[in-house]
Order: sequence, then structure tokens, then C-alpha cells
Amino acid sequence: MLKEGQYHIPSGCAISGIFHKDGRRTDGSEIIRSIATMHDRSNGLGGGFAAYGIYPEYADCYAFHLFYENLAIKEETEKLLEENFEIASFAKIPTRKHPSITDEPLIWRYFVFPRRYKLNESQLDESEFVSRVVTKINHLYDGAYVFSSGKNCGVFKAIGFPEDVGIYYKLEEYEAYSWTAHGRYPTNTPGWWGGAHPFAMLDFTIVHNGEISSYDANRRSIEMHGYKCDLLTDTEVITYIFDYLIRKQGLTMEEAAHVVAAPFWSTIEKMPPEQAEEYTYLRDAYSNLLITGPFSIMLGFTNGIMALNDRLKLRSMVVGEKGEDVYIASEEAAIRVIQPKLDSLWSPRGGEPVIVTLNEDAQGKE
Amino acid sequence: MAIDFLYPQYEVIRNRDRCITCRACERQCANKVHHYDVDFERMESDESKCVDCHRCVSLCPTRALKIVKTNHTFRENANWQGETIMEVYRQAGTGGTLLSSMGNPKDFPVYWDKMLINASQVTNPSIDPLREPMEIRTYLGKKPGKIERDENGKIIPNLSPRLKLEVPVMFSAMSYGSISYNAHESLARASKEMGTFYNTGEGGLHEDFYQWGNNTIVQVASGRFGVQKDYLDAGAAIEIKIGQGAKPGIGGHLPGAKVAPDISRTRMIPEGTDAISPAPHHDIYSIEDLRQLVFSLKEATAYQKPVIVKISAVHNVAAIASGIARSGADIIAIDGYRGGTGAAPTRIRDNVGIPIELALAAVDQRLRDEGIRDNVSVVVGGSIRNSADIVKAIALGADAVYIATSALMALGCHLCRTCQNGLCNWGIATQRPELVKRLNPDIGSKRLVNLLTAWSHEIREMMGGMGINSIEALRGNRLMLRGIGLNEKELEILGIKHAGE
Repeated sequence: MLKEGQYHIPSGCAISGIFHKDGRRTDGSEIIRSIATMHDRSNGLGGGFAAYGIYPEYADCYAFHLFYENLAIKEETEKLLEENFEIASFAKIPTRKHPSITDEPLIWRYFVFPRRYKLNESQLDESEFVSRVVTKINHLYDGAYVFSSGKNCGVFKAIGFPEDVGIYYKLEEYEAYSWTAHGRYPTNTPGWWGGAHPFAMLDFTIVHNGEISSYDANRRSIEMHGYKCDLLTDTEVITYIFDYLIRKQGLTMEEAAHVVAAPFWSTIEKMPPEQAEEYTYLRDAYSNLLITGPFSIMLGFTNGIMALNDRLKLRSMVVGEKGEDVYIASEEAAIRVIQPKLDSLWSPRGGEPVIVTLNEDAQGKE
Repeated sequence: MAIDFLYPQYEVIRNRDRCITCRACERQCANKVHHYDVDFERMESDESKCVDCHRCVSLCPTRALKIVKTNHTFRENANWQGETIMEVYRQAGTGGTLLSSMGNPKDFPVYWDKMLINASQVTNPSIDPLREPMEIRTYLGKKPGKIERDENGKIIPNLSPRLKLEVPVMFSAMSYGSISYNAHESLARASKEMGTFYNTGEGGLHEDFYQWGNNTIVQVASGRFGVQKDYLDAGAAIEIKIGQGAKPGIGGHLPGAKVAPDISRTRMIPEGTDAISPAPHHDIYSIEDLRQLVFSLKEATAYQKPVIVKISAVHNVAAIASGIARSGADIIAIDGYRGGTGAAPTRIRDNVGIPIELALAAVDQRLRDEGIRDNVSVVVGGSIRNSADIVKAIALGADAVYIATSALMALGCHLCRTCQNGLCNWGIATQRPELVKRLNPDIGSKRLVNLLTAWSHEIREMMGGMGINSIEALRGNRLMLRGIGLNEKELEILGIKHAGE
């Protein structure tokens, strides 16, 4: 049977997120309880988490999480890492045995920063340099896969139900100001762990529920800009789109949201002229990156999180607030189970981004 | 000589019981097939003059007429078929080049018919276009590639000039001369009503039609007929015509007989002279020359209009398109070998060029491989026959399509393929006033609007079925297509999987 990456697999899902605006860090037990509530939205073929603020001791290093299929490819990949990076620290990612998590690859973590002369030689900025190395490993190093590459953040994922994946990775031992979680319901057997969510590029992590109908249009467009879609999943292409729009094109989160979930022309025409001009510009200039079909996504980034629904809101997603905490989930139940008393709860409209960031006094302190 | 006698290909069958000798057929036929025999008091026909255009059939009040293919035949021969034999006789008798019109009619594969469209089931909802917005508006032109902001951080709208299409379909180039005044007026008015564009072809723009300039693409072809400052300024875009699908590599020839006073004025040539377009542009012998012409035209129009470069689909089309995408052109139009024409040498029409489906797939992929697909929009034509062809073209990677043959059919063309005679009974490919007036622009434009409206509905329906509610999400979305009955190589070139994969 073909593995994920050799063909396009649609999947449905559950997503959940917890964000502490005051920068307070909490361990992974709450997010596990939240995603476990939506057990029936996953089918045991993929679960994962992203956490921000978990590596304060290595806050300036890129934290690479890698899956290896065998020792030979590990050695080969490490050679490439050593050539390009100073490695401040590396170790196996701690896990505990779990009866329903099987076929584990080798899972390693590296805290790295680019070697100065390599970076100068490349004539790239630091983030682009790092992202190219990540792309190179994922595209060319068969059996090695970088599934997390941001600073002070990390992705943990596996094939299994998300609550089991959380226990497997000992998430109770990590503390984060921002947690996202994903339970997957693919319609095929992915065959390996890389296809689970979140999907990450540098400090962007995406969890996604939906099946986008624009997939191949988006893929063929984004691949022109140096990205290689190796997993052939919707989530992968969405991550690259945001990375391209925000990091490479310099759009704001909100502007990027208006590209991927653009308002209808009929809505734009009703806007005041100046606003209409801007929205028209974004739709036209980046028309190939419009995403159609159902999706609800959470885009995690340093200091913040963005939640976004497709333009027709074909997937459920609710947002709740309590004091300094913001909760986002596919179902209200997944929020209520960890925070029964909310100050507010609402269902964002299709295409309307919900962007939450750390309070100013909390930024940089995490 | 006896060997030059060719038995007519079509026979006029008249049901004498029904015929009331009203002589409508006689009046309608510019080819003079029908005549009234006074002695026998009945209608007779000379089928050797019949082009099978159905004008008489359509207007016979008692349905007494039909045209059938003759069963008179040569001895059967798979290699030497009747038409081939007759062409030899004709050329031996005249020493001339065979002429034909409209697109290549030969039995080559139609790849549109070997591709199937996807639909959503379960994992992804289909969208009902009657309940939800279903967007087919398309902008044609270069993408900026980079945003710029002013000192307040506001995005500066740095888009280059573009065309806004409310339907992803434009009317392809047909010159005033090759088609009639009323045909042009019908196209212009329909374009305005539908929010799209028609194309002057290389015959200039009649002064009466300047009022529809905002919906007009003005063409600059190798003959440069009618090209002047006001003409360039009048259009919404300028198209440099390098080639045409029906006759790649050769020029054009409008016989002097068709250069009537109006056409002479529009084309800026003396009345009654042949209008000959050279095979190449004599200021474009290479790609760098093209760049100069693109910028000359942009200079002349103060960089206010997008420039289209139209080429015919030939073997090396991908590399040529790549050159054009770097030439400063905003839009590439590609015309497939089935594209129509008012007149072309038969051998060229039937043997030169490649199918538009393959050309489009190759060009789109090449431009993406080189990272320059956003430098240009891609428009394809020759031949787009219906809304499914359009959906497939866009899924393969086109931004929009050009139609002409189907537009002429909307005006009444019955594809008799004898435009070169200038005796079009439907008032389309003719300059004879008594024939031209048969085409009423009020009705003609309405029928074109109907056609595009119907196709728009169908495009929306197919998009909705795929769960796509905006046409840009269909563009280049090749996973929405599957091949049927195609070999590995064809699938590879089209960049699609086989049905069942």
C-alpha cells in the first residue's frame, strides 16, 4: 500500500486550543482532556499537539524534532545538520510506552542555530536558511522527517488517538502559554507518523480540520516559491501558504486571512471604496492562494494564535474566553470540559480571523 | 475535362408533396442552388453549388427540404478516401493551393473528451450555486509578486493594468472583413452586457464601434491594418498576433473583392486591394524583437493597457511561452490547431500545430517549473466547444478561454466551412449588404448573451459539485481531472491521473 505523501488523503478532524494571554504557562494535561472529549471526531490514525514557550532554556535556538526510520538515515541527516548548524544540545525525545502507540520511529530533538559562515555564504536571512535546510531534509532525505523547527516551541505527534499521543509524549512535563491539539480522521491509512498534525514550518504550526477543494491549485502555486509538498496533505500546503504570505511577502496575519479565506466579491463591493480596493488587491494579487472547501484551522506562532474558518463556514469552530484565557475548539463541549464557566463564547463567522496575542507586558517574558 | 467532374458531396432532397413553390429557398440561397422551373412549375436544385449551410432548410415553411450526404462513392479504399481523391483532381485541374475555412475537421483525438471532472462526496460538501455565491470573476494580467507599503503601512495597489472578466470567456479575434459589420456589433454588445471582451482581429476597428472600446481587445497583427493611435487607445487591451491555430506559420489574405468602402476605411488600405498579412511580423524576427514591440505598444498607450501575445500551439510551445512570459507581455493567448479561420490553406489547417489541451498543459507546467506562471495570465482557444471544455481548461491551468466558432454558431453559423467564398447565407462571413442584413445585431447579441449565461450556469454547477466556490481555486487544480483511455505519456503531459487512480 502507498504511504502518505505518495497520494492525497482527505481527512476530517477535531481541533482544540488553549491560549494564556498573560503568558502564564500550563502543562499539557488540560489540552489532552479537551481533545479527548472529541474522541469520536478522530479515528486513531493521527493525533498531535503544538506547544509554545516550552523551551525557555534554549529560547534562541531552533528546536528541531525529527522522525527517523533507521539509524543509517539518522547518521546521514546529522551530518547535514552539523554542516549547517551549531548544535547546542540534542537527545531522544522522552516518551513512555503506550499499548495503542506502535510502530514508533526514532524520535530525536536538536537545539540548533545556523553556522555563521554558512549563513553568510547562503546570502539568505536566517529563517529562510533554516527553512531551506528543513525542506531539503524532508524532500531529499528518505526516511528522515523534520516535524518541528521553530524557536521555543515544539510539535508532538503520532499515529493514534490524540489523548494517547499526549500521554505517550509525557506532555504533562511541558509548560506552554499556547497549546493546540489535533485528532485526525483520515479516510485512508497514512502509513507513517509525519502525516499527523500539527504541521510546522519554523514557528508556524497548523492544526486543521477539513478537506480543501482548492488543494492542487494551491499546491501547484506554492511550489513555485520553493516549497515542496511532500506529504500531499491539505495542512502542509496551508502551512506553506501562511509561511509564504506572512514571512516572505510581509502580509499581516489579518491580510493573509483575507487572502486564503477571501470575502466574496459581492461583499467586497459593499465595502467603503478604500477597503474594497485593498481587499480586491489581495484577492487578485494572490488569487492562487485562495482556499476553498471546508476548513477550520488554528495557526500557532510565537506570541500568538490565529483561528480561521473557510469563507462559507463549512466546519464548526467556537471560541470561548475566561479572564486571560482563550479557548478555541471544534465543539463547545471540548471547551466546557476544561472551563465550564466562560465569560463569553461565540462562533466566528466564515473567513473572519480570530487573532489572539500575548499581552504586551507578557511578550518576550515567556 | 471529364476527370475534373466531381460528384457533389451533398444532395438536396425536396419533398414534392410538401413543397408549395413559395421560392423562399431560392431567395435565401446566395449560392444559387435553387431555382423555379417555369415550365414544370416546380422548384429545382443544383446540388453542385450547395455548401450544406442549412439556410434553406431552416427557412422552408413546410419542412420540404433536407440535405443529405451523397452515397455516390468511389470504390472503397482506406488509404485513398473520396475526399483525398477529389482533392488530387482539383489540384491537377487548377494548379492551386486548396483553401478551407473554420477549424481542422480531421479525426484527431479530442482530449477534452478524454478527461473527466471530479465531484465531492462525504468528506467535503458540494456547494449549491442556487444557495451560495459561486464566483467566476477573473482578472487577467501580471501578478505583482511583491507587496509595497506606504509610510503608514498601507498596501500600495501596485497591480499592472488588467482585464476584469465577469465570465472566464472572451470572444476570440475575428476581423471586420472576415466577418460582417453586424457580426462585430453583436459580439461587441454581448461583451459589454456580459462584462467580457471581444477582439477586433487584424482588421482595425470600425469607427462606429469605438463606443464599445472598454470591452474591446484591439489586435496588432503582421499586416498592421488599421493600427493607429486612436485604435490603440480605444481598446481595453492590445493583442499582438503572432500566430493563429488554424494556420500557424503563415499570414493572411483578404481578397480585394471583400475590401469594400467601409473595410477599406477601417483597414486604412485602398478599396478593392488585396489585404495581405505577412507570415511573420517583419519587425519580430526573434524573442528580443517581441519585447521591443510589447514595450513600444505600452509606451504608445502610456502603460495603461495590458498586452496580450497570441501564438498558435506548435511543437515547442512551452519554451516559446516561457520566452513570452519574460517579454513584458501580460497575457499569453494560445490557439490550438482546431481553431477556426475565415480561410486557410487546407494542408496547413489540417496538418500543422498541436491540440490546445496538450499545449496548455505543457505551457502551464513549464511556466510553473520556471517560477514565472504569475508573470502572465494564460488564455486558450481553438477549440472550446462547451462549458465542460472551459472547466477542464481552467483545471489544466488556463485563466480564461477564447471562443469564436461557438460564438459564430450562436449567431447562426452552421459550420459549412466555406467562409472563404464570402457568400455566407447567415450574414456572418460576408460583406454583401443583402446577406449582412440577415443577421440582426439585436438578436445576435442576445443569443451570445444567452450562450455565455447558460455556460456560466453550467460552470457554476460543476464547480459547486467539486466544492469549489471561486474559479481561482479551480485554476490549475489538476487533481479535479482524470484521464480516460489515455496512455501514460498523454497523462504525463496533461499532468493528470487516470480514472480510478
